[in-house]
Amino acid sequence: MIDIDDTDRAFLRALSRDATTSAGELGRRLGLSQPAAWRRIRRLEEAGIIAGRRVAVDRPALGFGVTVFLGVKLGTKGRVSLEDFERAVAAIPEVQVVQHVLGLFDYRLRVVARDIADFERVLRRRIMTLPGVGQVEANVLLTEEARPGPLG
Amino acid sequence: MQIDDTDRRILRQLLADPAAANAVLAERAGVTSATCWRRLERLQAASIISAPAAVINWRAMGYEVEVSLRFNLDKTEPRAFDEFLAAAREVPEVIGIETFLGRVDVRLNVIARDMAHYQELYRARILALPHIADIEALMLIATIKEESALPL
Repeated sequence: MIDIDDTDRAFLRALSRDATTSAGELGRRLGLSQPAAWRRIRRLEEAGIIAGRRVAVDRPALGFGVTVFLGVKLGTKGRVSLEDFERAVAAIPEVQVVQHVLGLFDYRLRVVARDIADFERVLRRRIMTLPGVGQVEANVLLTEEARPGPLG
Repeated sequence: MQIDDTDRRILRQLLADPAAANAVLAERAGVTSATCWRRLERLQAASIISAPAAVINWRAMGYEVEVSLRFNLDKTEPRAFDEFLAAAREVPEVIGIETFLGRVDVRLNVIARDMAHYQELYRARILALPHIADIEALMLIATIKEESALPL
């Protein structure tokens, strides 16, 4: 793991708002030359701290009005391998996120749907038919907010 | 704003690979670079997509532990949500906040350097949040899939 100083944290704060900000512009804001700023960014990328890009979308504007988080407990542990479940669930286009967790559930899923009727279709036809699926709990997302995290 | 099939084609490619250059997206979507750029500008101006943001890999920054904390709030207190959310925003290790309709009211995504740090955070910052009726924790073991693609 590499050492991170306050300037690196300022770079990360700026890039996690807009990754298209140029090295020259970032350098100007933080009092570094363009090449020095570019080297900082390269170093953070090479250390794997900057891991790609993300674009946030207004899902309702694109016709996806419903996002649901599902907690899934496997019902037949041991008989169905986790790999079978994971492969099948990750192949569902409406499932954006699959996380293996420890606690009340075995998996957390983020599912997008056009509306509640569409969600019901995904749940019945695709989720409940997954190999080994047991108890499922659904929570409909109302608001979400990404926080900058410990970069201050 | 009206979204047509060309927008959808470009969006599908963008969400599948948010770090791809404009020329690459244009080729994959079967449009000219100029069209692709113009369409993305228009979608961004209409706030349908955000500017590309850098994804920070907290693990590479030394945060080995990620926990999903699910809260039920004391709904006899009318200001419970607002006060809880305002206090949660003050905790730097909270990287995401979501509110729900369902059995869970609020979920906080919390990162920590290790289990000792997590325990300290949990006791000093999380349990100190106002109006908590109940907490459940899901510890992240592995992320199997994480994308923002929509079945457009």
